[in-house]
Amino acid sequence: MNQKTRIRLLEAATFALALVPLGKVAWDHWTGALGANPIEAVLNRLGFWTLTFLTLSLVPTPAHDLLGLAWPVRVRRMLGLFAFSYATLHLSWYVGVDQFFDLRVLAKDVVKRKFMVVGFSAWLLLVPLAVTSTDRWVRRLGYARWKRLHRLVYAAALLGVVHFVWRVKADLRRPAIFAAAVGGLLLARLVPWAAGRAARAGRRRPGPVPDAALTFGGGAEGPPGPPGGSGPGSSA
Amino acid sequence: MRWRGDQKESEATPEGLWLRRREFLALGAAGAGALLLPGRPVAGEPAGAALDVVERTDRAGGEKPSSWDAITTYNNFYELGTDKEDPAAHAGTLRPRPWTVAVEGEVKKPQTLDVDALLRSFPLEQRIYRMRCVEAWSMVIPWVGLPLGALVRRLEPTSRAKYVQFQTLLDPEQLPGQKRRVLDWPYVEGLRMDEATHPLTLLAVGIYGRVLPGQNGAPIRLVVPWKYGFKGAKSIVKIRFQEEQPRNTWNEMAPGEYGFYANVNPAVDHPRWSQARERRIGEFFRRPTLPFNGYADEVAGLYTGMDLRKFY
Repeated sequence: MNQKTRIRLLEAATFALALVPLGKVAWDHWTGALGANPIEAVLNRLGFWTLTFLTLSLVPTPAHDLLGLAWPVRVRRMLGLFAFSYATLHLSWYVGVDQFFDLRVLAKDVVKRKFMVVGFSAWLLLVPLAVTSTDRWVRRLGYARWKRLHRLVYAAALLGVVHFVWRVKADLRRPAIFAAAVGGLLLARLVPWAAGRAARAGRRRPGPVPDAALTFGGGAEGPPGPPGGSGPGSSA
Repeated sequence: MRWRGDQKESEATPEGLWLRRREFLALGAAGAGALLLPGRPVAGEPAGAALDVVERTDRAGGEKPSSWDAITTYNNFYELGTDKEDPAAHAGTLRPRPWTVAVEGEVKKPQTLDVDALLRSFPLEQRIYRMRCVEAWSMVIPWVGLPLGALVRRLEPTSRAKYVQFQTLLDPEQLPGQKRRVLDWPYVEGLRMDEATHPLTLLAVGIYGRVLPGQNGAPIRLVVPWKYGFKGAKSIVKIRFQEEQPRNTWNEMAPGEYGFYANVNPAVDHPRWSQARERRIGEFFRRPTLPFNGYADEVAGLYTGMDLRKFY
């Protein structure tokens, strides 16, 4: 099996797995397992998977920089797009099913209810990220600018966690787990950043491979990296 | 759409989406289709020992009672877990017999009531009441029980008794949710004396003519239909008559969100959501919430002159 086939299989498997939560919702609806308040159950599940995929999309970069794993970066874009899809489903479910487009309630929600303002803001931040998720957009913006724009995902993830924390009535266990996961994944990014600073402070040492090198195969479009610098895990 | 030559690349479908359009279309169609099909209904008959019910009244204006399944599998009883399905799944550890209720405080004869003796000494009635949760969902429940007022009269509170407090069992072995300090256990609630002796206030021991299931607060719980459901303390072990306004657990947890009076009021929002509309379990569209949960005629008089925005 060659490299290309392996990558295709990885992408297909990720795609299929990412659809499982939706399939489970449909299955549970069919078997009556959504409970007495199915509208609430679906809304909560969609929110949970939004945060899950958002958190998962933060894993590939530190997994590469700290552990030398290249393959998660291949599916990072797909994970991010699934996070956006689930977020859009979650928002649409609330607006269209739970409140059935009751504009008076929704107008008040978006102004008065702190946790909804925070949640909606998180979704808004994901929109430009979804739109600019393609290779074409990376070329249009230039990698450096594209990378800066996509740092918005950190804000979106944090707002998503706050949205969950402020939503629950008393049991903070699940929001706390997400807070720890997102916090940890953000802290993990500081390690190579700090190492990068040490390198630039005068010592010639290969740093983390910029992920554009993995997206484009290290072509002319990638940003200048350390000369001959192949960090751990970059594949030919 | 047809290529016009003046369109910007940004208007084109994102490449990733375009390449996978067939999958997304299939997903959308399958999803919409699946949710349009009615789910297989889960039928459940009322279960448990039958109670001897001597009188039946419908105090829900003829509205359709919620199903046994809904009433017994969708519960807020954090002592048995914080997800709605948890209490039904974990009620097995709760032992409703033997069970006693301690009567203390401003009362002529403090005593310990045995629940079975209590059930034998009062005629049991079925009352169909609306139940409105503070989370903005509601049910119609055919409770079986005795009027709290009848018990209070028999207990002979002193003139200093202005309030009644209720306390739930504290036992993490029987109520494993109490192993985590999600709320400040034991759960406590309270009523003003006139609320406690109001004809609508019920001590419930059953549902649909059957003994109360664990997840609904076995063996004995409070039902105050014009107030939010959290006022209905479950699995009561102590009734205390007192002069001062009682503590109530949700008020201590979030004083800005849950008050002592907790009268159902569409005009006073919860800080995080509106109380103007509610989801009746089993229905798709929300419905307007009624002042005092539709019991305004019988109870509004208890609160004349009170600013219900202040005393929420």
